[in-house]
Amino acid sequence: MTDSPFVEVKGLSRVFDVSKPWLNRVLEQEERKLLRAVTDVSFAIGKRETVALVGESGSGKSTVAKMVVGLLPPTGGSVTIDGVDMWSIADAEKRQALRRRIQMIFQDPYASLNPRWRVGSIIADPIRTFGLAKDRAEIEHEVGELLRLVGLDPADASKYPHEFSGGQRQRICIARALSSKPEFLVADEPTSALDVSVQAQILNLMRELQDRLGLTYLFISHNLAVVRHMAARIGVMYLGRVVEIAPTQELFSAPRHPYARMLLDAVPDLAMTGRPRKMVEGEIPNPISPPPGCAFNPRCPAVMDRCRREVPELEAAPKASATQATACHAVAEGRI
Amino acid sequence: MPETPALSVRNLRVEFPTRRGTLVAVDDVSFDIAPGEVLGIVGESGAGKSLTGTAIIGLLEPPGRVAGGEIVLNGQRIDNLPREAMRHIRGKRIGMVFQDPLTSLNPLYRVGEQIIETIRAHLPMSEREARARAIELLIEVGIQGAERRIDGYPHEFSGGMRQRVVLALALCAEPDLIIADEPTTALDVSIQAQIIQLLKRLCQERGTAVMLITHDMGVIAETANRVAVMYAGRIAEIGPVREVIKSAHHPYTRGLMGSIPSIEGTNDRLTQIPGSMPRLTAIPKGCAFNPRCPHAFDRCRRERPDLMPVDHSLAACWLVAPQSAEARS
Ligand SMILES: Nc1ncnc2c1ncn2[C@@H]1O[C@H](COP(=O)(O)OP(=O)(O)OP(=O)(O)O)[C@@H](O)[C@H]1O
Ligand SMILES: Nc1ncnc2c1ncn2[C@@H]1O[C@H](COP(=O)(O)OP(=O)(O)O)[C@@H](O)[C@H]1O
Ligand code: SF4
Ligand code: SF4
Ligand SMILES: [Mg+2]
Ligand SMILES: [Mg+2]
Repeated sequence: MTDSPFVEVKGLSRVFDVSKPWLNRVLEQEERKLLRAVTDVSFAIGKRETVALVGESGSGKSTVAKMVVGLLPPTGGSVTIDGVDMWSIADAEKRQALRRRIQMIFQDPYASLNPRWRVGSIIADPIRTFGLAKDRAEIEHEVGELLRLVGLDPADASKYPHEFSGGQRQRICIARALSSKPEFLVADEPTSALDVSVQAQILNLMRELQDRLGLTYLFISHNLAVVRHMAARIGVMYLGRVVEIAPTQELFSAPRHPYARMLLDAVPDLAMTGRPRKMVEGEIPNPISPPPGCAFNPRCPAVMDRCRREVPELEAAPKASATQATACHAVAEGRI
Repeated sequence: MPETPALSVRNLRVEFPTRRGTLVAVDDVSFDIAPGEVLGIVGESGAGKSLTGTAIIGLLEPPGRVAGGEIVLNGQRIDNLPREAMRHIRGKRIGMVFQDPLTSLNPLYRVGEQIIETIRAHLPMSEREARARAIELLIEVGIQGAERRIDGYPHEFSGGMRQRVVLALALCAEPDLIIADEPTTALDVSIQAQIIQLLKRLCQERGTAVMLITHDMGVIAETANRVAVMYAGRIAEIGPVREVIKSAHHPYTRGLMGSIPSIEGTNDRLTQIPGSMPRLTAIPKGCAFNPRCPHAFDRCRRERPDLMPVDHSLAACWLVAPQSAEARS
């Protein structure tokens, strides 16, 4: 037994080379273009805990998700799950055993199911891949149970994906993800393509399953209200970095990073409380040529000289709880 | 005398004839929008929001057709106009904003050319005057360096900036009505708020009526004066935005509101409406919501409720009918 958390992400980075082909570059005298999709991201998730990442599009959420589940190699940093380093060669064998225990749910329930396979075969695929059942009858039984678990009918196994609505398809995706009996689920915008009433069904289902099966979640969304509903801790991403990470309650009652505050202010006031809101100007800069220093500096109301030179480190804010951290000079200096 | 509504829709019906029979996608929809008022139209995917908008601007794709009802713009009936006349109304008297700004902007023309052309097609202005007006508008919608950027192409603008240009284009001929169909759905949260505020301010200043179609209740809460909730092609409930959001009368609206996670809310279970909205081919008899409704009673399965007055709203539900207490017992 170790004391390290179930999932530990340390200094995770991913750079994409988005340069034109070599010849074009030479002819057009262009430099190499590197896109830093994710830079130095660290967080940990305890067993049965839900940690969420929230941020606007292009902030690097999906790239983190893919590196965590092992679909995309990082260019820096590490992902350790239950003591196994997902990306070190030394751990290759252990990692194979780990694959079964980690699954991912994607945003688009339409694109992520093979239209030519029956639902039963789709759900059974991981069971076959990992050799988790001894015969056909056992597979069929398992698939029926999984369909029931996600609120569908065992008879649905013989249908094709196009016969289902978006919400039902997302349930099928969840059933497939659960079929290898994973312990850790990474859900990348699992409800963003769904209507709110269907979203509620899926979010409730995911929480129920977590309680029943003791699952650990990394939950990714651009919707603050959704992550608030799902997560115990939330990391806010901006241009590839986590700029604030905090327990959910704390993030919503006392957001510290100017971007986190802005994001909260941008959420429409559905309860019509008339809470005062500050509109923030400007747009997200191009990730290929982010501003120097703190990437938020062109939009930040608290910007000072130092922000344009030095990248702020993620560190505990004054008077914050132990698991809170912010990457902002103004917060660190106690100016805001 | 109450003032003439900017838009008045009466008993609108949109049909799609198919081999297996006629599908009714918009059924008996009626509402008014006053000058300067924002009416939100919400509902889940497939409820008939966009088709209602498309029918008003006369752009239904055949075989879809307006099969009944009246559409009246500032006192003038427009649903039976010839194509040419309708085309003029679209540019001049109804401005449009869609989810994808590139539906409204031609990628091959500079944004200025497009605005200037629209201004000159509808207002008596010289090229110079129109250009000056276009620059004013671009400044008003928040395009920095408008004098320079007016000669840029749409692809040189970011998504949020493009939607600002589309707003300028929609407003440039001084229309009576703006129809905005999911104008912020494709944008990031921080940009969404900017565009919504802008739309609201510009239309209020000019007294332009807005029909704001969205599936996002938050956007409605921020922007609309009144809201119509659509379900399976019909209006389930229509009323002042605060009443609909905070004390809805229709069980569907209540379910919908309860299913939205909020940043003020607690971490409790979200209200769950079982099932999903019916397809057009299988709309239940009686109240279309009855198979999913926790309050359904006999009458709901037999008879279809029309909109009935309750407080400051109208709701299509037998629970608000005067004799409903007796029907339930
Ligand atoms: N060309 C068509 N033929 C047949 N049915 C159609 C056609 N176009 C739309 N419909 C149907 O009409 C109904 C209403 O469509 P509409 O586009 O108005 O929905 P909406 O409320 O705007 O949904 P969304 O939120 O997804 O945009 C849907 O059930 C849709 O499937
Ligand atoms: N395969 C790739 N090649 C090049 N750039 C990529 C690739 N995948 C993602 N990116 C870029 O990395 C950044 C982060 O992307 P992503 O992780 O998808 O963001 P999010 O999920 O938060 O919207 C974006 O600028 C995106 O364009
Ligand atoms: S580091 Fe500076 S620019 Fe960045 S968020 Fe903090 S105050 Fe603003
Ligand atoms: S009419 Fe009946 S079924 Fe329909 S919403 Fe009202 S109570 Fe429910
Ligand atoms: Mg993504
Ligand atoms: Mg639509």
